[in-house]
Amino acid sequence: MPNSRGDVWTLAEVRDGAIHSVSWELLAWGRKLADKLGSRLASVVLGSGVADKTDSLIHHGADVVYVVDEPELATYRPDAYNAVLVSLVKEYKPEIFIASATTTGRTVMPVLYVDLETGLTADCTGLDIDPETKLLLQTRPAIGGNVMADIRTPNTRPQMCTVRPRSKRPLAPDANRRGEVIVKRGAAADLASIYQFLSFDREKAVGLPIQDAEIIVAGGKGMKNPKNFALLEELARRLGGSVGASRQAVDLSWAPYSAQVGLSGKSVTPKIYIACGISGAVQHLAGMSAADTVIAINTDPDAPIFRVADIGIIGNAMEIVPKLIDMCPGGCGRKGGEAR
Amino acid sequence: MRMAVLIKQVPATENIKIDEKTGTMIREGVEAELNPLDLHAVEEAVRLKERLGGEITVISMGPPAARRAIASAIAMGCDRGFLISDRKFAGSDTLATSLTLAAGVRKAGEFDLIFAGERATDGETGQVGPAVGRYLGASVFTYVSKVASVEGGRIVLERAVEGGHETVAAPLPALLCVVKEINTPRLCTLAGKMRARRTEIPLLDAASLGIPDAKLGLGGSPTKVVRVMYPQITRNGKIFSAADDPDGAVRAVFDLLREHGAIEEATSDAE
Ligand SMILES: Cc1cc2nc3c(=O)[nH]c(=O)nc-3n(C[C@H](O)[C@H](O)[C@H](O)COP(=O)(O)OP(=O)(O)OC[C@H]3O[C@@H](n4cnc5c(N)ncnc54)[C@H](O)[C@@H]3O)c2cc1C
Repeated sequence: MPNSRGDVWTLAEVRDGAIHSVSWELLAWGRKLADKLGSRLASVVLGSGVADKTDSLIHHGADVVYVVDEPELATYRPDAYNAVLVSLVKEYKPEIFIASATTTGRTVMPVLYVDLETGLTADCTGLDIDPETKLLLQTRPAIGGNVMADIRTPNTRPQMCTVRPRSKRPLAPDANRRGEVIVKRGAAADLASIYQFLSFDREKAVGLPIQDAEIIVAGGKGMKNPKNFALLEELARRLGGSVGASRQAVDLSWAPYSAQVGLSGKSVTPKIYIACGISGAVQHLAGMSAADTVIAINTDPDAPIFRVADIGIIGNAMEIVPKLIDMCPGGCGRKGGEAR
Repeated sequence: MRMAVLIKQVPATENIKIDEKTGTMIREGVEAELNPLDLHAVEEAVRLKERLGGEITVISMGPPAARRAIASAIAMGCDRGFLISDRKFAGSDTLATSLTLAAGVRKAGEFDLIFAGERATDGETGQVGPAVGRYLGASVFTYVSKVASVEGGRIVLERAVEGGHETVAAPLPALLCVVKEINTPRLCTLAGKMRARRTEIPLLDAASLGIPDAKLGLGGSPTKVVRVMYPQITRNGKIFSAADDPDGAVRAVFDLLREHGAIEEATSDAE
């Protein structure tokens, strides 16, 4: 399809009835790609009661928003989502389609690309346009971050990938930006679903899910016992952050699996990662070495975690963490529980 | 219950060493093992078999050496295994792999439940499980943290998603990509190992799967790896010794946190 290049699309993510901030991060990536291609940037929103929530997408960089607002799409149902997206892609033929590498994005896209018979690259940390071929250059880590690969999808369209949450900051919202909102009805056949959503059990944890957190206070076996581990919760609470853990700490039941950072846990990209009593095994580094700033507290001067630390403190976490807690009495940081 | 488990053989991750000089991965002497996250898929199938009865088929796509991974799954309690292997599969990306695996699953039999790990520790894409499910036309569930019930042709399960767990249901056949928290895998017993040694693992090659060559391997892969880099993860940060300078260290952290707005300049205790 030379000379009729399609648009760049992002999949907006709706959680609890609101547009989630990962959608704006995607638009920051998408804006860069669309500008380099000279094409439009569109965001796709599927959900129920979302038709009036498109402004934030335009303010964050979208030129076009496609909305499919149907009660059947109130919760994520793989078949209905997929059928609606297949219909949209076939109608509008985007050049590029990116989603966030959240649990939803990492389910929607691998089902969709099978139907579209195109390429899909997982969990990218960098995206660009190749100046010569105008192809999407997708950069992603593999083998626990020990390898970075550049990947292209030369012959099939759309070029699809998921993008690691927090790999880019959203653009500053511009309330004066105008865009086109195209409301589509879902076809009855597309909306029919064999999946039934039964309930949602919210986890009672300090702060946001670690994938969304700007600050993570993480602990390992070096915290010695659950009581000491609770110090980290206090620090996280006061900083408006969330608690992360090494596998050892999770195996010892000091933290839930949802807090595990690393190769067999979550990959996180907070602004600040505070590692307390964590040795820094390659499998742990795999999940956190992309943090903006790493602070490490460990008694062992040779602990590998110090190699990825911006600030390292050789010392006893049980002495240092309370000092950090004392620095901000009563929770003076940014408010927890909000995306940004 | 007719069950299948999809497994992958991966380089043993605890042995990953990076050559400090060249920054490349040292591959010599790195042992292969069953992808650790797949152990949970095998375990869940074995538990369901213990509860509901049935048979478990292990299926792996990979080099002939992947037979060892299949054997270790059989030793944990699976019944039979198939190896999908052919030189023509070399260079498959996740789409070509999923298409090939799905054809292998069809060849291996009919299944009510198919299990896969959340992702492999080498490629780390997590794309193959759901894509195989799509090719097979099964109900697809990712991030499965608990199987609540399998009854009357319907499965109810929990998924670990951001901020909590959701309970969902769909008809069988279903493909489940399970997360680590779903169970603790058992160790294989000696009897299991002996049984695995006796179990023949038939080969499914390209010819037997009947997929056109154009859809296989590198040629059938829409994505192309154009460059591989070995990043050095070192930051050369500032290291303090709490013994020599306890306050300096804490102050440095404090300044950094304040710079990022995590701590306000004039600390108010208003909240
Ligand atoms: C396939 C596979 C997947 C894995 N996946 C993961 C994963 O996802 N995430 C993960 O984290 N690990 C993972 N691991 C495990 C990993 O190899 C390490 O075993 C684990 O990260 C170690 O956890 P730790 O740092 O808490 O414990 P340890 O390695 O025991 O380190 C404890 C640290 O605490 C320090 N310490 C002790 N006392 C104090 C004190 N008073 N104050 C400060 N510091 C102190 C010690 O010096 C030491 O460095 C995986 C392993 C394998 C094989």
